[in-house]
Amino acid sequence: MASKRLKTFASHTVLIAASLLFIAPFAWMLSTSLKHESRIFAKPGEPPQWIPTTDRLDEQGRPLVTYRGKTAAKLQRMESGKTLLEVDAQRVEADEEEFESQQRLGLHWQNYVEAFQIINFPRSLKNSLFVCFSVVIGTLMSCSLVAYSFSRIEWPGRNFCFVLVLATMMIPYQVMLIPLFVLYKNLGWTGSFKPLIMPAFLGTPFYIFLLRQFFMGIPQDLSAAARIDGCSEFGIYARIVLPLSKPALATTALFTFLFEWGDFLNPLVFLQDDRQYTLALALQQFQSQHESLWGPLMAMSTVITLPIILLFFLTQKTFIQGITLTGLKG
Amino acid sequence: MTRRERANLRNGLLFAAPFIVGFLAVYLYPLVMTMVYSLQRYNVIKPPVWVGLANYRELLVEDPRFWTALYNTVYFTVLSVPLGLALALGLAMLLSLKVRGQAVYRTIFFLPTIVPVVASAVLWMWVFNPQSGLLNGTLQEFFGIEGPGWMADEHWSKPALILMSFWTVGGAMVIFLAGLADVPQSLYEVADIDGAGPFRRFWNVTLPMVTPVILFNLVIGLINGFQYFTQVYVMTNGRGEPVGSTMFYALYLYRNSFYYLNMGYGSAMAWIMFLIILSATLAVMLSSKRWVHYHGE
Repeated sequence: MASKRLKTFASHTVLIAASLLFIAPFAWMLSTSLKHESRIFAKPGEPPQWIPTTDRLDEQGRPLVTYRGKTAAKLQRMESGKTLLEVDAQRVEADEEEFESQQRLGLHWQNYVEAFQIINFPRSLKNSLFVCFSVVIGTLMSCSLVAYSFSRIEWPGRNFCFVLVLATMMIPYQVMLIPLFVLYKNLGWTGSFKPLIMPAFLGTPFYIFLLRQFFMGIPQDLSAAARIDGCSEFGIYARIVLPLSKPALATTALFTFLFEWGDFLNPLVFLQDDRQYTLALALQQFQSQHESLWGPLMAMSTVITLPIILLFFLTQKTFIQGITLTGLKG
Repeated sequence: MTRRERANLRNGLLFAAPFIVGFLAVYLYPLVMTMVYSLQRYNVIKPPVWVGLANYRELLVEDPRFWTALYNTVYFTVLSVPLGLALALGLAMLLSLKVRGQAVYRTIFFLPTIVPVVASAVLWMWVFNPQSGLLNGTLQEFFGIEGPGWMADEHWSKPALILMSFWTVGGAMVIFLAGLADVPQSLYEVADIDGAGPFRRFWNVTLPMVTPVILFNLVIGLINGFQYFTQVYVMTNGRGEPVGSTMFYALYLYRNSFYYLNMGYGSAMAWIMFLIILSATLAVMLSSKRWVHYHGE
């Protein structure tokens, strides 16, 4: 019994320690996003500051310091290098080491405002949402149709086609990127959203695979009965198979959205005009131009991450199921 | 052919049409064209010029940066993938002890994997900041160690990226967790009767039973490792600095193709990459016969 309790205690200790390590970057991001610039850069030897603070001020707006156990107001720096303080209505000159400035919690929301202006947040958000939703719709439509063909219709050549689906999953995207760029350029598509959206309407191998596996599990008798009743193939697809496949369709939609939201390579290669930048690309451009604006940069990173985390908590079950499903059966 | 069969063929082709068109237009055609471009000098603006195998020769013989990029990528993949897998398996085993709050821990470990890569790259750039970053600040505070320059130091930039990659082991962990749940309890009971200690239980029961999951994660890890791009692009502003220490294969490919508009050269790199990934995957798959244990065999 004692050894079991010890084991539980030990595993919790390790898990809590690991959890802290995993959370720390998030906390650091959030904390930095709310810090004033003067608090972001640490002085040598200073430990990381987790709570954003600001100077405490008195009614006249003078910073407060602690001097020999008393609260004092800082007036000005003297030429001698000392600082003039006001303690109990008396003025004293003190060395830097003799007093310590008083801090209070201070959240610098201005970072968010600044970040929103720099990357033109409403516009980037609109672009991201437009691309994400278009791709989700395209993927759902095309992949469910193709998966239906590979699982619910007997036709010569379908197994060959399905092997092609599996084979294309193995090709690294970079191998196809250059000709795709040339192709889209010749079509006059570069600099528009088309290269990001149109391929989704031609099916994505991974989701075709996922949906096919799911469709296979739906009893074929249902289709047979519907055929006898004179239902067309498209009718069976739309009225029987799709309604029964909501979990798999939800997983597909969720993963597609997630991938598009964070996608960087495609927008980088295919978009040219900053008016079309998606959030991910806009954040990278922001970072490349203002490398040390860590407050606004962390604010923007938080803003891009937050919807994804919310989405995760809203759809947690679909999520974990989807991962294990695709992971184990893949 | 009966009417039914004819109808099936027509419907089958119609429903599969998006993929058939897609396969031809965005998979097969590009794959073939990459091969063609790799034999040409082509900058999109001027018509292509045939150069035979010159691109390949230049890459393999005359371009030291190609080898640097290959070295960096292999270095990163060979270290980050196995270590990350070990970490993921370790966390999954801890969680599978049915500790209280399992779902909370699982969520915490998993969350980093869904953070948009650009955001996490910007965030880690700040974590790695030599003067004011979280990492060096913590090292100083708790251990009194003066941390290195991380992404600013050519010797520490790749270890930094490997460290960063551990933040996203949660995906593999979730898959391991499902694999561990599938291990029949009876095997552990037999092991207990035979008097196996924790280490033997792990070595003779747990590990063999999760080898299929290890194989899957290993293959995915290899493929992704070779395509490692967004993180380094964001963190080094597309330059692969310092001193080329983070010039990864996919980044060098991108620079040649879209920065210098040397599409032929980039295409040759793409084909070499394809062959490397293909042979690495095949090698792992072939070796797996010796170490992967499938249920019911």
